[in-house]
Amino acid sequence: MYNFAYHRPDSVDAAKSVFSGGDDPKFVAGGMTLIPTMKQRLAAPSDLIDLDGIGALKGIKAEADKIVVGAMTTHADVAASPEIRKAIPALAKLVEAIGDPQVRNRGTIGGSIANNDPAADYPAALVGLGATVVTDRRQLAAEDFFTGLFETALEPDELITEVSFPIPEAAGYAKFANPASRYAIVGVFVARTGGGVRVAVTGAGPCVFRVPEMEKALASSFSADAVKDIKVSDSDFNSDIHASAPYRAHLVTVMARRAVEAAQ
Amino acid sequence: MRTTVSMTVNGRSVSDEVEPRTLLVQFLRDNLRLTGTHVGCDTSQCGACVVHVDGKSVKACSMLAVQADGREVLTIEGLAEDGELHPMQAAFKEHHGLQCGFCTPGMVMSAIDIVKQHPDPTEAEIRESLEGNLCRCTGYHNIVKSIVAGAKTMRG
Repeated sequence: MYNFAYHRPDSVDAAKSVFSGGDDPKFVAGGMTLIPTMKQRLAAPSDLIDLDGIGALKGIKAEADKIVVGAMTTHADVAASPEIRKAIPALAKLVEAIGDPQVRNRGTIGGSIANNDPAADYPAALVGLGATVVTDRRQLAAEDFFTGLFETALEPDELITEVSFPIPEAAGYAKFANPASRYAIVGVFVARTGGGVRVAVTGAGPCVFRVPEMEKALASSFSADAVKDIKVSDSDFNSDIHASAPYRAHLVTVMARRAVEAAQ
Repeated sequence: MRTTVSMTVNGRSVSDEVEPRTLLVQFLRDNLRLTGTHVGCDTSQCGACVVHVDGKSVKACSMLAVQADGREVLTIEGLAEDGELHPMQAAFKEHHGLQCGFCTPGMVMSAIDIVKQHPDPTEAEIRESLEGNLCRCTGYHNIVKSIVAGAKTMRG
């Protein structure tokens, strides 16, 4: 790892002010991706700005129709939250299956979505539930936030402060996990909400996406049978040693069916 | 570009100068000479470096020493009391929960965290919770057996 200057500000404003004075600064949340990347010298920031000291970014608030999760809330805290387990059990289940216990003790929702790994679980939950990403300057619908492979709509100095999840009528998540890393080879999040049904897929393509045909079918009948014969095109799908593009396309249908079956 | 870090390690206050890039595991091993915490893969896969920071298990190869500043760290060396093995260590010894022993410190530290989450863990819960710990000898069967037994003793 190349050396850097380490900063631990205690407010969002202080973090931004350090950022603006840095040569090639980077924010670090849980560091579960960034620190290994720096160890491989694939990232070499001049300044590492640790957001862990900003108490205002941590915590879970339950409101009548939504759950608001602070950007620096760890996966372990989301998975264990009684409010989330009650209001959106599918979200707690999804988070419980991220990485391993040690990763969940350090990794955060803000860090995960800012990284936008194509195989990460959280993007499916955000897009599936129609969540809103709140930053230090604006609010973004999840679909507008995730823009491509490891790409988001965030400006370089923009900080996620919280994520707001509307409480669905029912939701389910099913993933076909890489047996070694637990990343999603394909993960499908299905949610039935007052505004309709949403189906979001992670792992299959370069970035999370919705499947309108499945949403339409589930809107008329919210049942596993409604999606079991709907195929998705594998053009633009990921293909690697773990799974070919056509296999991933096959898994989208299977996982969608299982997600509907698991929905509660 | 050096900075001073202070933390409590195994109940003892320690303080030393490190570079910001110093990993927690390097600080424990090289500065404090606490070499019970192992570096297996150095890519956060294997869990040989698991320690507890403020009571939660973390991989010490994926955390900076400066990030542990002011915190409480517990390593494998901090488990035994007055020469008596911790019940989980004793269970690993009794049930032959190790072959070469390299992964053992991380396994024991993870196991104690598992028991905190699941005081009476099922075999499935243990196997699921050991996701982040690899044993290249593949001695999982006795590791799981040890954790079941260690949990029982810990419950008292």
